[in-house]
This record gives sequence, C-alpha cells and structure tokens, in this order.
Amino acid sequence: MSFIKRWWQLFEQTVSPKYFYRISERFIPWLTLLATLLISIATVWGLAFAPADYLQGNSYRIIFIHVPAASLAMSAYFLLAICGVISLVWKVKTAEMVARAVAPIGALFCFLALVTGGIWGKPTWGTYWVWDARLTSMLVLLFLYMGVIALYNAYESSATGAKAAAILAVVGIVNLPIIKYSVVWWNTLHQGATFTLTQKPKMPTEMWLPLLLMLLGFYCLFGLLTILRTRNVILERERRSQWVRELVKAEAAKRGANRGL
Amino acid sequence: MAFNSWAEFWAMGTHGIYVWSCYGLTFTVIALLVLHTRQQRQRFFRAQIQQLKREQQQHES
Amino acid sequence: MWSSVLAVISRDLKLAFRQSGEWLNPLSFFVMVISLFPLAISATPAKLSAMAGGVVWIAALLSVLLSMDSLFRQDYDDGSLEQLLVSPAPLPLVVLAKVFAHWCQTGACLTLLSPIAALLLHLPADVAWALALTLLLGTPTLSLVSAIGAALTVSLKRGGVLIPLLTLPLHIPVLIFATAAVQAALNGLPIEGYLALLAAFLVLAVTLTPLAVAAALRLAVGG
Repeated sequence: MSFIKRWWQLFEQTVSPKYFYRISERFIPWLTLLATLLISIATVWGLAFAPADYLQGNSYRIIFIHVPAASLAMSAYFLLAICGVISLVWKVKTAEMVARAVAPIGALFCFLALVTGGIWGKPTWGTYWVWDARLTSMLVLLFLYMGVIALYNAYESSATGAKAAAILAVVGIVNLPIIKYSVVWWNTLHQGATFTLTQKPKMPTEMWLPLLLMLLGFYCLFGLLTILRTRNVILERERRSQWVRELVKAEAAKRGANRGL
Repeated sequence: MAFNSWAEFWAMGTHGIYVWSCYGLTFTVIALLVLHTRQQRQRFFRAQIQQLKREQQQHES
Repeated sequence: MWSSVLAVISRDLKLAFRQSGEWLNPLSFFVMVISLFPLAISATPAKLSAMAGGVVWIAALLSVLLSMDSLFRQDYDDGSLEQLLVSPAPLPLVVLAKVFAHWCQTGACLTLLSPIAALLLHLPADVAWALALTLLLGTPTLSLVSAIGAALTVSLKRGGVLIPLLTLPLHIPVLIFATAAVQAALNGLPIEGYLALLAAFLVLAVTLTPLAVAAALRLAVGG
C-alpha cells in the first residue's frame, strides 16, 4: 500500500506547479524560435509565392490566417476542458492553472477566426457576415469562452473560480457536439446551399504547404503563449511558497544590480 | 512569385484591403498578447519585490 | 430516499406559494416580452404568426433565466443548502427535486400561459397546441441546464446576472429544434420527430445536469 502511496507522491511532485515552472523554462527559447520561423516563412510564402486562386483571386490568402486561428480556437477549448477534467477528478493544481492561462488565448483566436472569416466573406460572397454553420458554431464557441472567462473573473478567490470555470468548461465540451449538430441542422434548413469557407483538400501543394507551415507555426505560438501565461498564473498562485519567494529575491537582486550599474 | 511588382503585391488585385486588414489585425493581436503576457510577469515581480522590501523593513524595525 | 425528495419538493412549493409575488414576476415578464414584438416589429397577423415560435421561445428562455437566481440563493443565504448537502439523500436527486419544484413555478406555468401567447401572436389552434407541447418538453431542459449556471454563481454576490451569459450557448439546441417544430406545425408538417428530439434532450439533461449542479453546489458551499 505504501508502495502505491510513494509512487503517487512522486507523480504529484512531477505535475506540481513548481516542476512545471522549472521544466517549461527550457521550452521557451525553442518554441519562440520555431514559432517565429514557421510563421514568417509561411506568411511570406502564402502572401507572395503561392499562386492566386482560380475562383477567389488573392482574397483566398486569408485562409493562411483563418484556418489556423479557427483550428487553434477549437483545440484550445478542448485543452481547456481536458485540463478542467484533470483538475476536478485528480485535483492536479497545474492543470487548473493551465486552463486559466489558455482561456483568454483561445478566446482571442476564436475572435480572430470570426473576424478574418467575416472579412474573407466580403469579397467572396459580398457580405461581412453570413449565418452559415461554420461561422455560427464559431460564434457559439466564442460565447462559451466568454462564459468561462467571466466566471474566472467573477470569483475573488482564484482557486474557487478556477474550479467553477472547470465545471463550466466540461459542461461546455459535452454540449459542443450537440450544439454543433443543431447549428448544422438549422443551417441546412435555412440556407439550403452549402457554403464552405475553406477550400477542399484538393488544394495544390503550393497552397496547402504554406497553410501547413502556418498551422504548425500557430501551434508553436500557442504552446509558447500557454507556457508563458501558465508560468504567470503559477507565480501568482504560489507567491507565498518558498521557491517563489526565492525567485523574487533573485529577481530583486538582479534589478538592484542593474540599477547599480 | 505570384506578383509581378510591389504595387501589385500591395494591391492584391482589388482585395488588398481585405487581406492586409486580416494579416494586420492578426499580427497586432498576437503582438499585444505577447506584450500583455510579459507585462503580467513584470507587474508580478514589481509587486512582490515591493512586498519583500516592506517585510524586510518591518523585520528590521 | 423518496421521502426526502418529496419533502424537498413540497417545501420549495410551499415557500413559493407564500411568496406568491415573486412567482408571478417571470410570468408577467413572459407576457410583456411577447407583447413587445408586435410593437417593435410588426403587428400584421401573417408576420406575427411567422415569427411566433421564435418570439415565444425567446421570451420563455429569458423568463426562465430571469427566475433562475432564486433556485439556490435563498437556501444558500439561510444555510439550508449546507443541510441539503449533508443529508443522506444523494445530492443529484435532491437537485432534481429542487429543479422540478422550480419548474412547476416557471416552465409549467409558461406552458399553461402559451395559449395566451398564441392568441397575441395570431397562431392557429393546432399550432398553439404544438407550441404548448414544445414548451412542455423543452422548458424542463431549460431549467435543468440553467440550474448549472445558478449553482456555479450562487456564492457570488451579483451572480444572477452571469447565469444567462454562462448558459445561453447551451440552450441553443433546444431553441433551434423547438422553434423548428412550431414552424413545421405552421406549415402543416408533422412534428413528432422534433418532439422526440426534444424529449431526448430532456432525458440527457435529467441524467447529466444534476451531476454538474451537485459538483457546483459542493464547490459553492465548500469553497
């Protein structure tokens, strides 16, 4: 019995906020490099080198932003919900903090996906907004994000707020397929024609390669931002613990030294 | 190259304003997010260092 | 176990009966919101009946959301919520009992009021009947899902205003299919499929939402 207990304690140590803070530090420079490289290459490629689309002309280049943003918005919500489950079921504090950090990032990318989708719609269909299934679902996703973020901000105690938001996120993810199905069904009822904002996979290589690169770059960026913001949450929540106080002292010394110079 | 001149590149064949507003908005949002994250961290350390100084002064007195 | 469930229901209903003013507020709100649409949009019978399903359902949704704050707040304030949490009856069952009692005051009454709404919006009798059925099947789901929001915000001082923000996206499926049913009835098409789907949503809500509500309540009381 104590053997299991020991292993559980070891496991708890590895997923502790302090461990996350230490280990994540090594990833920051690499993710920064990867993200910058991938996004820059993909942007230049997509804007200047990929051929113009036969039907849409040059406005289709928005796809290199819209698709990664939309993909991230959905993945971020999944991550949010999974971290919520982990924090509620196994009471892993770090998962709670990752969820707290991810929420605004996901919400912003959701917003970007909506706006870029709308702007893309203007030259393509003549209108900035259309109630098609994809855009409507993304709008509902934004509402779900706003609910989670509102719950975080409403609670004074960030620990309780994080748990409440975790419950809401889990409820949201369970509902998401139902909502998606309902919206798609509603859309076929009201629109008839099936619009698709993204091109079907028959994209030529010169088009989907920069898209892939941009997608990877965005995910690296997402990983970077998540790590950075989770570290901030960890610092804030663990500020009374010994290891954070040591960090603060070290930082104070560094700043004092800088000022002395 | 998909374009024959810089002018063509910026114009994006009459769709310039759409493409550039999208890219501009996206990179602005990303930049703001990165800056905000950095600012969060700085604010934390500033506040904690002040707190530390206060505690040290109390301890000395 | 069943005795405690009945006890919760009868207690809640008795309390509501004594504070009858509060019970009427969401119902008056329902009728008033419906009356706003002809004033704001159009009073021609054709246009009104065309949008009647959506109007009545949005009014019902708003009324339920408005009344949700009272589900747990009073019990939270006077400490009886903690008692419910430690009672031997399983918490999800107690939650179901409370939501049922609450639905009797809100959703059930809205369903009974729907003929008046049908009258105001020039709906023919058979469509009014379809509307009432959708409300009967849909409002319990609304109550159950909104209860999650109520439980998550009960410990906040002004949590009531958050409940719509938290739960509106979750109500979209019921809204879509209930209004589609009314629209179908208006066009003379069968509505059994829609009603079956609404019933399925209800079953899903009855089985899953009490778990989420219970978790949220434990969090609110435990802190």
